[in-house]
Amino acid sequence: MAEIKLMKGNEVIAEAAIRCGCDGYFGYPITPQSEVMETLMLREPWKTTGMVVLQAESEIAAINMVYGAASCGKKSMTSSSSPGISLKQEGLTYLAGAELPCLVVDVVRGGPGLGTIQPAQSDYFQATKGGGHGDYHLLVLAPASVQEMNDFVALGFDLAFKYRNPVMILADGVIGQMMEKVQLSEPVPRWSREDIERISGDWALTGRQKGRERHISTSLELDSYKQEIFNHKLQAKYRLMEANDTRHEELSCEDADYLFVAYGSSARICQKAMQLCREQGIKVGLLRPITLYPFPKIPTRTLAERVKGILTVEMSAGQMVEDVRLAVNGLTPVEHFGRYGGVIPTPEEIVEALKKQFIGA
Amino acid sequence: MAKFRGAVVVDTERCKGCDLCVIACPSGVLALAREVNGKGYHYSEMANPDACIGCGNCGPVCPDSVLTVYKVKVQ
Amino acid sequence: MELTDIIREENLVYKKSPLLTDNVMHYCPGCSHGVVHALIASVIEEMGIQEKTVGVSPVGCSVLAYNYLDIDWAEAAHGRAPAVATGISRLHPDRYVFTYQGDGDLASIGTAEVMHACNRGENIVIVFINNAIYGMTGGQMAPTTLVGQVTSTTPRGRDVKLNGFPLKITELLAQLDGTGFVTRQAVHTPAAIRKTKNALKKAFENTKKEKGTSFVEVVGTCSSGWKMTPAEANRWMVENMFPKYPLGDIKDI
Repeated sequence: MAEIKLMKGNEVIAEAAIRCGCDGYFGYPITPQSEVMETLMLREPWKTTGMVVLQAESEIAAINMVYGAASCGKKSMTSSSSPGISLKQEGLTYLAGAELPCLVVDVVRGGPGLGTIQPAQSDYFQATKGGGHGDYHLLVLAPASVQEMNDFVALGFDLAFKYRNPVMILADGVIGQMMEKVQLSEPVPRWSREDIERISGDWALTGRQKGRERHISTSLELDSYKQEIFNHKLQAKYRLMEANDTRHEELSCEDADYLFVAYGSSARICQKAMQLCREQGIKVGLLRPITLYPFPKIPTRTLAERVKGILTVEMSAGQMVEDVRLAVNGLTPVEHFGRYGGVIPTPEEIVEALKKQFIGA
Repeated sequence: MAKFRGAVVVDTERCKGCDLCVIACPSGVLALAREVNGKGYHYSEMANPDACIGCGNCGPVCPDSVLTVYKVKVQ
Repeated sequence: MELTDIIREENLVYKKSPLLTDNVMHYCPGCSHGVVHALIASVIEEMGIQEKTVGVSPVGCSVLAYNYLDIDWAEAAHGRAPAVATGISRLHPDRYVFTYQGDGDLASIGTAEVMHACNRGENIVIVFINNAIYGMTGGQMAPTTLVGQVTSTTPRGRDVKLNGFPLKITELLAQLDGTGFVTRQAVHTPAAIRKTKNALKKAFENTKKEKGTSFVEVVGTCSSGWKMTPAEANRWMVENMFPKYPLGDIKDI
C-alpha cells in the first residue's frame, strides 16, 4: 500500500535515497539542506539496508568520497547548498571526466559569496553549463514539489547510470524546507555484487579479477588528440540525453497568448500568477522545464511560434532566460522577471511584470 | 664455506642508466656500458661477470625493475 | 661455470614482480617512485591480494601509477586521494585500499583530507613519498622542502620568514587516534629497501586486522628536481633529509 506522509523536501531526499537502494551518502552541513544528513543519521540505514552515511570534513572531501564510491559502481550521492556546491565543482568535473554516475542535490540559496540562507535560483548557470573546468555537463533535474524531491532521487540514479554521468537535483530553499504531502516510493534493495557486475562490470573498481583488464577511474589523457576524441564521446552522450531524456511540463498552453517559462518554486508561483491572469482575461500558459540540462528547446520553440510573448520567471537576475532566448531564437519577444538574493516573487508582481512587458497596463 | 656464483640479466632497452645498481653491487660486477640503448641511456651491464655472487642487492634498487638475478651454489 | 648454467629458472633469486605491467615508467632515471612501486607490487603479490586491492593515485609525478601496477585504480583530484579511498573503503570494507601520494599532494593541498582520513581511522594504507620538491611541475618548493633548499620557487633557498618551516606531517598524523601504524622509511640501499618492504607489508596486513590507518612515509630523492645525479641525490638525502626526517617507526599499536 502506498505510504503517504507529510514531509519536508530535504527529509524526503534522505528517505528516497534509502528506499531506492542508495549505497552511500557523503555530506557536510550547510543551510538550507542540513536535514538531508540529519534525517539519514536518525534513520541509521546502515543497520537496515547497509547504506553508508558519512559526515565528511568538507564539501570537497564529500564529493571525492562520492568519486571513490561511484568508481566502485555503487549508487552514491551528496547534497549541499550553493557555497558548498561551489566547493564541489572540482570533484564534479573529475566525476564527469571519469564518466562516473552519482547524484548531487543542490538546495540553492542566494549568493554571491556567503550570500543568504534564503531560497534562490541563482546557480542555474553553474548547474547547467558545467560548473567546473572543461567541456562537460551534468544532467540537471529541477523538482517543483516535495513529491518530485522523492521521485527524482531514483530517477536521478537511473539517469546517472544510464549515461555514466553525474546528475544534479537543482532544488532551492523553498522546496527543501517546505512540507507537503508525499507518496513515498516502494523500497528496493541495494544492488548486489552480481547486479554491479551486470550493470557496471566493464568499468567498476571491484578488484581486478583474473581474466579481465584492470579498471581505472581517471580523467587524465596526456595525448591531446585522444583527449579530443574523448570529448567527442562526451558531446555525443549529451546529444543522446537531449534526444531521449529532456523533460518538461506544459500547463494551460493550448489557448495561451502568453507564456511563462519557470522551473522549481518559481513554476509553482507562476501557476498562481497564471490563474490571476486568466481571471483578468489574459490567457497565459506555463512551460516548466523539468530537465534544465538538457533544456527543453523544442517544446519552448514550438510554443514560441504560437504566443505573443514569453516571460521567464526566476529567482535570479536572469539566467535560464538565456537558454529560452536561444531556443526561441527571435520568434517572439522573451523577457525576464526575477527577484533574487533570497527574495521570493509574489504572483501579483509576476502578473504586473507580464502586463508591463507585453500588454501595456 | 659455500661459494656462490651469480648472474644478472639486464633488460637493456628499459634501463635508464641511473647507476644505482652499479653502486649497490658489493662485488663490482655491474658497470654502465659505453654503448647507449635506443633511448640514449648508457645501460647497465655485467662488466665483471665472474665476480657476481648473486646477492640480489642490485634487483630491488632498480627503479625500473629491469634486473633479473640468478644464483647457484658452487662446490 | 658458464653464464648459461647460472641463468636458469631454478636459480632465480630476483625478478620483476608479475604485478608490474610492461609499461616503461615515465619517471626520471633513478627516481624513488619506481622502487616503491615495485615494493608495493611484490607485497600485494606475496599476500595474494591482487583481486582485492584498489589503489588511488594522486596528482603529481605518480599520477600515472595506474599504468604500472596491474590492479584496479582510481586517479584522484589533487590532494583528495584519502577522501576517494574513504569512499572506496567504506563501500568495499573487504578490500585493501591504499593511496599513493607525494609531498605536495598529501602535505600541502591535501592536508585536510589526509588529516581527517587518519583521524577517522579509515581502514586504508597511505603511502607518502617525500622528496621535498614538486617534481611534475618542474621543481617548485614543497611543504617538506628543507630550510635553505633551492627550488624554482625558492631560488635563494627556503627562507622561513617567507615560506615557513618544513612540515613534518608524519609526526602530526602519528598524534591522531585513528592511526595504528606510522613509520618513515627510505629506499636508498638494499637494507633500507627491505625495511620499507616490511613496513608496507605490515601496513597492508593491518588493513586485514582493521587496525585503522597505516601510514608509510618514504623519504625519496628527486634527482631531476634537486639537479643531481641519482647517486649524489642519495648522498644528499642521507646528509640533509634524514636529520630533519629521521627514519623509523613513529607509532605501532
